[in-house]
Amino acid sequence: MNNHSYPTPEIVEVCLLAGKLMMQNGAETYRVEDTMSRIALAYGIPESHSYVTPTGIFFAINNSEPAKLIRIVERTTDLHKVTEVNSISRKISTGNLSPRDAVKELSKIECGPLRYSNRVQLVAAALASGCFMIMFGGVWRDFPAAVLCGCIGFASVQYFHRLVRVKFFSEFSASFLIGLLAALLTIAGWGQMMDKIIIGSVMPLVPGLLITNAIRDLMAGHLVSGLSKGADACLTSFGIGAGVAVIITYM
Amino acid sequence: MLAQLFTSFIATAAFGILFHAPRRSLLQCGFVGMLGWLVYYSTTGSMGPVSANLLATVLIGIVSQGFARLYKMPVIIFSVAGIIPLVPGGMAYNAMRQFVQHNYPQALELAISTLMIAGAIAVGLVLSEVINQIFRSIRFRPHIKKQ
Repeated sequence: MNNHSYPTPEIVEVCLLAGKLMMQNGAETYRVEDTMSRIALAYGIPESHSYVTPTGIFFAINNSEPAKLIRIVERTTDLHKVTEVNSISRKISTGNLSPRDAVKELSKIECGPLRYSNRVQLVAAALASGCFMIMFGGVWRDFPAAVLCGCIGFASVQYFHRLVRVKFFSEFSASFLIGLLAALLTIAGWGQMMDKIIIGSVMPLVPGLLITNAIRDLMAGHLVSGLSKGADACLTSFGIGAGVAVIITYM
Repeated sequence: MLAQLFTSFIATAAFGILFHAPRRSLLQCGFVGMLGWLVYYSTTGSMGPVSANLLATVLIGIVSQGFARLYKMPVIIFSVAGIIPLVPGGMAYNAMRQFVQHNYPQALELAISTLMIAGAIAVGLVLSEVINQIFRSIRFRPHIKKQ
């Protein structure tokens, strides 16, 4: 371990960038804090304070230096990026990476392409929809209908999100489309249990992970991030529920 | 039963793709998810959904930690994929649907079970971490004494 051989602003920059990347891509709050303090420790700073929320990270390392803030605007789940940041933080811990190189590598991760192309993701979402329909007690006859609905739903949520950038609206319209399609398919005789088809196809959209993460954060004492993740999850499931309910009510 | 195993494997691996898990971890993700769903599916009738979820999640957490050490990847990759079949997303959506349709008693019931199940899953994950830590501290103590 090299003691204070790097200027502190550079160290803070590395910590903040690593934290931002992890939070943006779906890491848990405690893991982000842990990684940031580990990186600081590896650069010879025994004491650091971080305050991590889903929308921003504060980080301070000395009492003499002002705390810095980084804003997080958009959150997705990209576990591959979390893994890469993890391995970089491991490299820093063993002392093989200077802050300047670390920032360079982290920025490379930030701009890196998505791991799987849109087409592969679409196929995955469609398959998952069909499989979930079976798992929740559907019949194999409905499999093609669930696959089709899941595919359309996932494609439309991505399309609408690119179009308007309002999460609630894109989820509402996607689930509206899913409900409409499921109803039409059932009327046309291609599907039997409309309810199961809808539940299976909205699974790629529903925030199940977010709900669990929120409760986990609350239990760990990260009250602010727990509540905000919970609110996010409620809003999302409200959007999806409302979209489908419109169809069911007026059918 | 075979259909359940097969579909839970495919669904979990597919979710691994949606979450951009590294390609070489997809099979393991599918396996963890299948294991969790198997435990949940076979115990939910006798134990009720909350305890069944707790049991399944503890098992998922322990297996994920084993995989994480084995393949040198963060635990979150395996545990997130593994709990996907269990998380009450479908139930949360159902609760919201009942709210929107003005069936308030049923909606509240569903919302509370959603919270209970999500809590059980979160407790299960934390519990598996605690078990893992106890296990590790017992196993590594002799090495520390030697130094």
